Amino acid sequence: MRLFERDWLFRSRAWLVVVVVLAVLPPASFAVDPAVLAAEAKRVEVASRLATSVVAIFSRGGRGGGSGVLISSDGYALTNFHVTRGAGTFMKCGLSDGKLYDAVIVGIDPTGDVALIKLLGRDDFPHATLGDSDTLKVGDWTFAMGNPFLLATDFQPTVTYGIVSGLHRYQYPAGTILEYTDCIQIDTSINPGNSGGPLFSANGQLMGINGRGSFEKRGRVNSGAGYAISINQIKLFMDHLRSGRVVDHATLGATVTTREDGAVVVDGILDESEAYRRGLREGDEIISFGGRSVRSVNQFKNILGIYPKGWKLPLVFRRGQVRTETLLRLRALHRASELTGSPRPGRRPRPGGKPMPPARKRPPVAKPPEKYKHLYVKKQGFANYYFNQQEQKRVLSGMSRLGDFTGAKGAWVLVGKTAAGDAYQLTVADVGVGLSWKQKVYFQELKNAAEPLDEPKGSGGLLYAMHMWRSFLAKRKKGFGEFFYLGSEPLDGAGVRVDVLITELGNVRCRWYFDCKQGRLLGFDSQREEETDECEVRFSGDIDSGGRHWPKTIRVSSGGGLVASFEVETVTLKVGAAQ
Amino acid sequence: MTKRILTSSFLLLLTLTWAPSLAVAQSIHSTIQRVQQRTVKVFGAGGIRRLHAYSTGFVVSRQGHVATVWSHVLDTDELTVVLADGRKVRAKVLGAEPQLDLAVLELQDKELDLPAWDLEADVSDAGPGTRVLGFSNMFKVATGDEMVSVLHGVVAAKAPLATRRGAFESSYEGTAFIVDAVTNNPGAGGGVLTTRAGRLLGMIGKELRNVESNTWVNYAVPISELKQPIQEIIAGKYRARQRDPDETNAVARYRPLEFGIVLLPDVLFRTPAFIDGVQPGSAAARAGLQPDDLILFINGDLVQSCRVFKQRLGRIDSGGVLKLTVRRGDKLVPVELPVPEKPEKPEKPATAGDKK
Repeated sequence: MRLFERDWLFRSRAWLVVVVVLAVLPPASFAVDPAVLAAEAKRVEVASRLATSVVAIFSRGGRGGGSGVLISSDGYALTNFHVTRGAGTFMKCGLSDGKLYDAVIVGIDPTGDVALIKLLGRDDFPHATLGDSDTLKVGDWTFAMGNPFLLATDFQPTVTYGIVSGLHRYQYPAGTILEYTDCIQIDTSINPGNSGGPLFSANGQLMGINGRGSFEKRGRVNSGAGYAISINQIKLFMDHLRSGRVVDHATLGATVTTREDGAVVVDGILDESEAYRRGLREGDEIISFGGRSVRSVNQFKNILGIYPKGWKLPLVFRRGQVRTETLLRLRALHRASELTGSPRPGRRPRPGGKPMPPARKRPPVAKPPEKYKHLYVKKQGFANYYFNQQEQKRVLSGMSRLGDFTGAKGAWVLVGKTAAGDAYQLTVADVGVGLSWKQKVYFQELKNAAEPLDEPKGSGGLLYAMHMWRSFLAKRKKGFGEFFYLGSEPLDGAGVRVDVLITELGNVRCRWYFDCKQGRLLGFDSQREEETDECEVRFSGDIDSGGRHWPKTIRVSSGGGLVASFEVETVTLKVGAAQ
Repeated sequence: MTKRILTSSFLLLLTLTWAPSLAVAQSIHSTIQRVQQRTVKVFGAGGIRRLHAYSTGFVVSRQGHVATVWSHVLDTDELTVVLADGRKVRAKVLGAEPQLDLAVLELQDKELDLPAWDLEADVSDAGPGTRVLGFSNMFKVATGDEMVSVLHGVVAAKAPLATRRGAFESSYEGTAFIVDAVTNNPGAGGGVLTTRAGRLLGMIGKELRNVESNTWVNYAVPISELKQPIQEIIAGKYRARQRDPDETNAVARYRPLEFGIVLLPDVLFRTPAFIDGVQPGSAAARAGLQPDDLILFINGDLVQSCRVFKQRLGRIDSGGVLKLTVRRGDKLVPVELPVPEKPEKPEKPATAGDKK
């Protein structure tokens, strides 16, 4: 039996040993190629080790189910959105120990078909290790695990084994908003019920979440082309999912097409998009996006598809001989109602992959567990607001080291010079914000429902942003209409990963950036209204003034350019005086 | 004691095999890349109903000859081939052997210098148990410079395709590799089956379904069958094989026109048997058949296509009654037509009006 093709070196070495061993032992003992035995032993070891992290998910109503995979010892598990959609807020999950656990929904990504759930009742769950899906190569062996056809009544996962058939695949939306971008194509058998289950590398690293296949004439069973959402995409969304929100994907505000010569060019752009404000126009050629070169429309969609809305990505484009590099914040792909509603009607399914339907079979019936009821808080726009509350607490816990600002209700006066050497004085009070700088005086009224202004011009509304800053420090949540944890993203597109809180007051939306480890407030972006350039404020350094910590430098930029870097020399708090 | 020796020698083997197995792992990636660079995506006719407008091909000459599966996809003047590097090139059909399901395309760009299969040196044969890879543009997953899909599997058998009308309907009836992987998907025809060392074994065939059991067979036509025709087509000296003359005669006993039925032009692999026109005063007209009627049954047998209808019609008995069931709008309409008397051995048909 020829099972492996080997180079001659290996063959000669292996045979040498076999011959030596054969001299001592009955020949029947080594009828099987030792390399085959070794490979088998490794597969058995990896499969049995990984099986403990695989989850069989059943909906509360008992109408169906799918699979999932544990990724942390406190019970966080990944699955497909389309598995949890019909499953309600609480689910029953079976593990390979044969036990059934309660689980609660955490966050969902309806576009990317990912959901994060949390298994309850243990803090020592066995879990998988996240791998780096960019290291996969076509031809690599993979394991898929899960509960196809809901076969396992003892929750022992079914293991299938196959190869990576293609990488960076793009799969069109299939009648819904589901879109698989930059996904992993496998010939590893994926069937109904496998949805949401893990795709492991041969070494047992979690590389993706299985969820979709190409079917046509042969019915909705494995047809040799399954697709897994890459774990690297999910990593970008992980903290967003932990926020308990319904998360959205992104668009550039421009569409692209392939020109006759193969170049990818803009064939449509929204006038109000940031891309337009940074100079992108119809006919411009896209060179690279998100640090990856763009050679096809699918590639562009692949790059775009793996990022949450609101991320900043570098874009390089060319018009004639002029090359432009810019950093853009990605727009929301959907309206909020599209994400929370049912699949979009009237949109024709495209050929190609379709989501694996959850397998239909009678699972154990469960009621919402009384003792875990408090772990679910309903709120519009959230899958489970309870988890957002927890994340807010975590992120804000670092704020206390800045000192107590709750008493700092009087006017703030900051005096100093900009990096360019111009003296300034900034006063932030309840009635308004004033700045005297370079022989000019700027003023933002705050009383009488005054509109947020772009003062100084081109700053994105620095004065109003300062008002937001004071509100955030002095009043926290009470100063805003909306206040929630967003997730994490790299600061300014390429910097360190930061936790992001969102505040909304009227039309003004701010993104507050916190150091992920120490919880330091690194800065914020304030946007006066949609489709305008933000005022980007970054803090650095530290001044201790009366037990409170102030930034030494306040760097302000907007629209891709620096406004000024304000060095703080003195801070005065006019306690009690609201003027 | 024996057990201990076994264990220790097994461990020894494990350590010895470690490094070489890495070498094997590396070579599979380069093998795959090498094959993918010789595989192209073919785009042509189709796109309606469930007929895909794409298939796969493999490069058989540096000057740009591509072997592919003979199908409806090639039935167009707008044939495009997308090379592995993403370049789009116009192509035309240079020659075909429908009985082998083979066509050879000529790329319309003389400047090409492509990585190509050497049909003498790069070829191998395989029997049951051989581990294989399948490469194809199945489901049109890959576009532009994206690489075609790779599947893994094992040769289950090397045997003649037992084709049968109404069951396994395939124009290829020779020896084929039967594979345990789902290689024969939409658009996969014309792809290649190779060994894990990247030696060419065969060309992936069409989708093949047994209509009775609704099961599918995944097969590839061995390169040994295709090599000579490919080389002769490229050299411009190929003559298509003749069909069995008996079969040709049998098929031609009755033709639709003799009943006054004009069918839709048979341009696709499975053109639905729509009536395009009815000759005035003919048996069809008297029976009330109308244009746009879809013929579903002939004497109680299901009709899947124009071709099947013509074949069944060719075999009906002389004299008697021809029973047809047609779909007209939402209704099923049964009709009966008298069959004219004919001698057992008909003359060879004079016209080529029913040419497939």
